[in-house]
Amino acid sequence: MIRKENLENIPALAENPIKNQIIEAFFDKRNQHGNEVGSFQEIGFEQFVMVMSHFRPPNLKTTKEEKQEMRKEKLRFLFNMHDTDGDGIITLQEYRKVVEELLSNSGAMDQDAAHEIADAAMLEVASTNVPQMSPEDHYEGITFQHFEQILKDLEMETRMFIRFLDVDTTTMHCGKATS
Amino acid sequence: MDTMDFSFTRQAAAFLIVCSCLCVSAEVSTPAGVTLLPPVQPENGPQSYPNAKKSNLPVFTINYSRIQIPFEITLWMLLASFAKVGFHVYHKITIWVPESCLLISIGLIVGGIMYSVHEEPPAVLSNSVFFLYILPPMVLESGYFMPTRPFFENIGTVFWFAVVGTLWNSIGIGISLFGICQIEAFGVQDINLQENLLFASIISAVDPVAVLTVFEDVSVNEQLYIVVFGECLFNDAVTVVLYNMFSFVAEMPVVEPVDVFLGMARFLVVGLGGMGFGILFGFVASFTTRFTSKVREIEPLFIFMYSYLAYLVAELFAISSIMAIVCCALTMKYYVEENVSQRSCTTIRHVVKMLSSISETVIFFFLGVVTITTEHEWNWGYLLFTLLFAFIWRSLGVLVLIPIINPFRTIPLNLKDQFGLAYGGLRGAISFALAFTLPESIVRKHLFVTATIAVILFTVFLQGISIRPLIELINVRRTNRKEDLINVEIHRRMMEHTMTGIEDICGQWSHFYWKDKFMKFNNRFLRRILIRDSRPESGIVALYKKLELQNAMEILDSVSGDISSAPAIVSLHEEKKGSAKPMKKFLAKDLNNMHNILSKNMYSIRQRTVAYTNKHALPNESQNREILIRRHSSIRRSFRPGSFQSTKVPKSQKYFSLPPGQSLGSKFPSARQSYADDHEATSEVGYPLRLPQSNHPRCSTSGAVMPLHRLNTLNEFPSVEVLNEKSPSHSASQDSSLPDCHFSTNNNSSADDLRNEEGEEQRPLPPSPALVAEPRNNTHGNPLLRRPQWNQKK
Repeated sequence: MIRKENLENIPALAENPIKNQIIEAFFDKRNQHGNEVGSFQEIGFEQFVMVMSHFRPPNLKTTKEEKQEMRKEKLRFLFNMHDTDGDGIITLQEYRKVVEELLSNSGAMDQDAAHEIADAAMLEVASTNVPQMSPEDHYEGITFQHFEQILKDLEMETRMFIRFLDVDTTTMHCGKATS
Repeated sequence: MDTMDFSFTRQAAAFLIVCSCLCVSAEVSTPAGVTLLPPVQPENGPQSYPNAKKSNLPVFTINYSRIQIPFEITLWMLLASFAKVGFHVYHKITIWVPESCLLISIGLIVGGIMYSVHEEPPAVLSNSVFFLYILPPMVLESGYFMPTRPFFENIGTVFWFAVVGTLWNSIGIGISLFGICQIEAFGVQDINLQENLLFASIISAVDPVAVLTVFEDVSVNEQLYIVVFGECLFNDAVTVVLYNMFSFVAEMPVVEPVDVFLGMARFLVVGLGGMGFGILFGFVASFTTRFTSKVREIEPLFIFMYSYLAYLVAELFAISSIMAIVCCALTMKYYVEENVSQRSCTTIRHVVKMLSSISETVIFFFLGVVTITTEHEWNWGYLLFTLLFAFIWRSLGVLVLIPIINPFRTIPLNLKDQFGLAYGGLRGAISFALAFTLPESIVRKHLFVTATIAVILFTVFLQGISIRPLIELINVRRTNRKEDLINVEIHRRMMEHTMTGIEDICGQWSHFYWKDKFMKFNNRFLRRILIRDSRPESGIVALYKKLELQNAMEILDSVSGDISSAPAIVSLHEEKKGSAKPMKKFLAKDLNNMHNILSKNMYSIRQRTVAYTNKHALPNESQNREILIRRHSSIRRSFRPGSFQSTKVPKSQKYFSLPPGQSLGSKFPSARQSYADDHEATSEVGYPLRLPQSNHPRCSTSGAVMPLHRLNTLNEFPSVEVLNEKSPSHSASQDSSLPDCHFSTNNNSSADDLRNEEGEEQRPLPPSPALVAEPRNNTHGNPLLRRPQWNQKK
């Protein structure tokens, strides 16, 4: 079983700006294709693989519907990374946090500018999805539909996948001791 | 308008004809550079100048030979450019007929004129002139404007197709033509295998300039575009290498197997050497531009000189100069554009485009001219079979090679893409130049030249004209021109970081890992050395700045373009909502205020971009920061009219009572009617804000949103006047609500010293009278943040 500390000890991961979100994602119950919320304390191999299954690459045989499904899964994964309190909506605070972390690598970035950018991004989503909104109305947060809508032009197939090119089952130790 | 166009066309045509006549007459009257000075005849003949012995001071002389060469070059270039100008006058032509066709046609006409006058075209197309002067600008432009991200994503396919595809084509065509040559009926038996291969390598140089233009117009999917683009570029390199190799081999009596291996080794040396030289020169150029902050005028010179130097040095070592210049441009572009000033950047781009345009124009023009004026050797069989094989082998190449590489691609190229790829194999400038500069030792040179010209003309005219309707007919997968959205950029970054993290966790290194490593290396070492002010800037921030700049420009355009029409637009919007209120024109003072605010905002944006490129020239960084803060607070202030109204209880409750699924727009009329008359004035402030959106439904979303809030800052002022004029009785309540105004300002802005100033500017602002009643404790004026407030109200 893996705990969070095990993952945090990976040295190469330390330089990643969104390290915490990534680690959280492994322990997030929502990524297990079930309907639970919350997070695990430690995960086993099956849960690990379930999370990794989000990054299956499409091959020539996947049909269009399957591709849509996979894209939706990937978007859901990203959405869960943003939505840390698990209520299904990304609020401005959550979005700001993510942007701050993303930009923390660039250095010389003051918080104000990061907030500006997050605000602008939220406004974008709001204006695309709720175009009749008057300035005094309130936009609570990004729901999953809005998230999908605003990212519909983003090409995910070329970016979010891992190919295990040299998986040799004799050298891999699976979770069950016998293999 | 049609008659105007027509008269323009006529004028242009007349101008063109006059110029060509001038050109031709200049040619005719000065054959072979003889001067116009009268020949001195022998003693016993009548002298035309009786006082030749005495030789007075000549009042008027003509010395043509002195300027002949530059003069003729300039005239030809001008003529070709006039042709280009001429086409665009009647713009419908350029949609259907690619420019290269038109240029060739004009060249044909001029060639016809020259032929009829029995004149030779200038010997421009010698080997050295073409390869040293005409080719580099074209290749530099392709390299400089190559879209790097799609290129590196598709680099495998590009190289596979360019290198292996070209080899496949050359060898295939060469061997099949050799087979044809064996057939006695065509009478070309004396062409041996090496010469056939040489010719085949010439023919397989693809030049899809016309196709690329069509692809861009139709906006085909990015993968197809970049594969065609990349193939064009690197295929040139491969062709030239093959050409040199085969021309060397063609002169060898015997070819041994070791020569084949040497050929392959040479190929590698040439390719990789070219890349190495290019990258080296690119780095040197970037390093140089780091120090050029004081000599901005000659910054563009460095770019051109270094890339040309890369080309020449590569030619010196007989390695692929095209690869060198392309790699140099790719490397340079990234670093240099951060070092040089904005103007230099624009100049560089512009000059690169201009030079390449000249080269291309001249080449195609000469193609037309030379077609008529050279002596041709016409051999029906050879020609037809060349055409046939060129087409067949290209299609075969696409059909065989692409499915091999498709499994390695994440977005496979489907059959329609493959058709576009195969059909887009036009031949062009490089083939022509290579054929024209064949060494004279090749016996059948004229046959080759004729065949090449025939293939070029055929492909350019037939395929070039027909590719557009075909592409649209078969409905090649298009790319949706994604507008730049901050969200997209943010999530792109997020995905990259996520993937890098996941790869780290799995211990599996793939291209994200390498890309990340390269970016780190880049940031840590390369940028420090090569860029003057090397703060690593995230792409998100860069995009954000760019969008802000765009928005500011839009505001400037929309406001200062036609101020008087703004009220008209507003009233139009009002009528849609069912209440026609006479709007006042903006008073002069408001205009001034608007311009002031705009200029301050614009100034701050420009400062930000300038500050990035040239930190040391910025006089006062704190001033910059102050301006930045002022702009931030003005944005926050912009939410206030909306936020004023939102804190009224009935309005927010109305929002909550909105049944799910109903659009908010339907709520507006009822919401507005809940106000008293004087509230309507303030709500009018709200509605005009959405004008940019309604007027430009296809605007980029951030473009639609941001002016929304910026215009707020502008409209605040006029609404003041409106309100003041409409409801003088409320001035008292306005004064009483001033403290609240300040209070809200204090909440929003983050700089102390500016608050007072902003507060003063806001004193005439119309807070609605009902504001006084509402305590505002936790809002930032940002509609997005009012969620916790609503939960409380609930």
